[in-house]
Amino acid sequence: MIDSENSNKSAIFFVSIILSVFLPVLPAISQEAVDSADSSAGDPVAVFVPEPPRNVTAVDHNYDRGENVDVSWDLSVDDTSAMFLGYDVYRRAEGEGEFKLIGTVPAGVDTLQDRSTKADTGYVYKVVARTAQGEAPPVITERVVPDLEMVNFKLWNVFLIGLFVSGAVIFFISHAKRGKKLFIRKIAGLEAIDDAIGRATEMGRSILFIPGINDMDDVQTIAGITILGRVARVVADYEISINMPVARSIVLATARETIKEAYASAGRPDSYNDDMVRYITDEQFGYVAAVDGIMVRDKPATCFYLGAFFAESLILAETGNSIGAIQIAGTAMPAQLPFFVAACDFTLIGEELFAASAYLSNEPRQLGSLKGQDVGKLAAMVAIALGMLGTTFVEIWDSSFVDDFNWFIHRLFSIVS
Amino acid sequence: MEEIGLWLGAFFTLGIISFLYKDNPWYKISESVFVGVSAGYWFIVSFWDNLYGKLFVGVFENQDYILLVGGVFGVMMLLRLLPKGGWISRWPLAFIVGAISGFYLMNYFSSNVMKQVYSTMLPLFSNEFGEPVFSASVADSVGTIMVAVGTFAGLIYFFFSKEHKGVFGGAAKFGIWVIMVTFGASFGYTVMSRMSLLIGRMYFIFGEWLKLIE
Repeated sequence: MIDSENSNKSAIFFVSIILSVFLPVLPAISQEAVDSADSSAGDPVAVFVPEPPRNVTAVDHNYDRGENVDVSWDLSVDDTSAMFLGYDVYRRAEGEGEFKLIGTVPAGVDTLQDRSTKADTGYVYKVVARTAQGEAPPVITERVVPDLEMVNFKLWNVFLIGLFVSGAVIFFISHAKRGKKLFIRKIAGLEAIDDAIGRATEMGRSILFIPGINDMDDVQTIAGITILGRVARVVADYEISINMPVARSIVLATARETIKEAYASAGRPDSYNDDMVRYITDEQFGYVAAVDGIMVRDKPATCFYLGAFFAESLILAETGNSIGAIQIAGTAMPAQLPFFVAACDFTLIGEELFAASAYLSNEPRQLGSLKGQDVGKLAAMVAIALGMLGTTFVEIWDSSFVDDFNWFIHRLFSIVS
Repeated sequence: MEEIGLWLGAFFTLGIISFLYKDNPWYKISESVFVGVSAGYWFIVSFWDNLYGKLFVGVFENQDYILLVGGVFGVMMLLRLLPKGGWISRWPLAFIVGAISGFYLMNYFSSNVMKQVYSTMLPLFSNEFGEPVFSASVADSVGTIMVAVGTFAGLIYFFFSKEHKGVFGGAAKFGIWVIMVTFGASFGYTVMSRMSLLIGRMYFIFGEWLKLIE
């Protein structure tokens, strides 16, 4: 208790001494601080506020579904300044209270495309030029209402070429319908299908059919399923079993319908059962692990890989090779074709896969379609030759005809969005 | 928990790799777990992304009633489970296949035909379109001519209307050679990228799991 009182007295003593020494000085220090603050407030500070951009406009982007608006402006006169940062573009939609920032572009850029609008909704845009120190007064555009346009007239060339190829296809189909014989060269991979199924019959083993790992929104899968119809028909005739693991639910349903129809048309509807097509998983390598397991356990005599494939192509083809199966592959995936060529007995390369349905069916209408596509290829070759000559001679000959022709041939094959 | 995941990852990685020796129970376990887990995972992803995220939110929150068409198609697909209603599922299937073929026709046509043709229209004696003629080296010009000849020969190979005989057959043969050379280059490139995947798995085993690599 006594010690505590002593220590309190000591503390009061020291505080008194400190205050007596520094108190007279404190007003002087605080006065200096105030003076300093006053003097700095009086200095002229260079705050660089840029000039605003001029002629700011927002217009509906032509030939789209109303989801784009083009905002453009003339660059600010301070655009080239080292301190100039860029332009902030804000948007206010009908019914919204405040502008929302939709994008920023750097100095020197005078457009921004808003790609998130809705058709028949009004929008107002605000463009603000900005430096690190300040912003120019905002410039607000007129109200713009993006429209939905049903036809993109910039793609007239696609329409023209499409019309030409379609016309050729229609011509040859009508030609075939009149009973004219159409010649189609042999495609080794497709010729081998019957032999491969025959081999499975002789060996008393099943057939494995893999339609790739993409869904029905891929034309390669559709092509694979088309060939499946033919394969299933022969399988039904020979009374052997087909095993088809799939990675997509829609493919499951489509494949079952295809095989069911093939069995019915072969006069053996009772031999069909849903277990011929099984869903495994959507996961790429989970699917591959399961298919590899099926291969080494069931040891199918023939494996078909027809559709869209990715990294699993070589794994599947190598496993099929290791069990001694005859393998027929077909895909239009350029990166996977080399693996199928290396590991399979027959490979349908790109276009050959798509030609398969016409080839296998030998049906006049489909053969006519194939002939029409050949005309398209011929036209492509002629166009390439003309385009190469045009670009080569356009600077040698000072001729407006060559210039115009060269422009036309390039425009004909360019995609303008 | 993280340690358990690490050991399970190593167990299943080695199980899958054991297939290189032969089919065995370890592989079968790994395969079944992989397939089962991934199928369940994709079911959940499909439910929350599509049924809830697109259909439910789209219809009930965003009033985007056109999405109901997809929902009705989905129900029609499920009717195949009924013994007498199976035929109804053919309608959405027919719609999907037909609509997709039509929808992608122009996309494929523009990307696989028009852009390819446009990109091949190179001047014979300069680096690219718009550059001065005769500005290219001999090697550049030879390259451009090779691209043109290879493209023509490749297209000839894919002609189905004419037998591959005589001069036409020779061009087609050259075309398939060009394609095979391209495949060879692609093969080597892809094998190298697959090696990096293998290295990744080896790093997991010897680095993350066994801690033998720093």
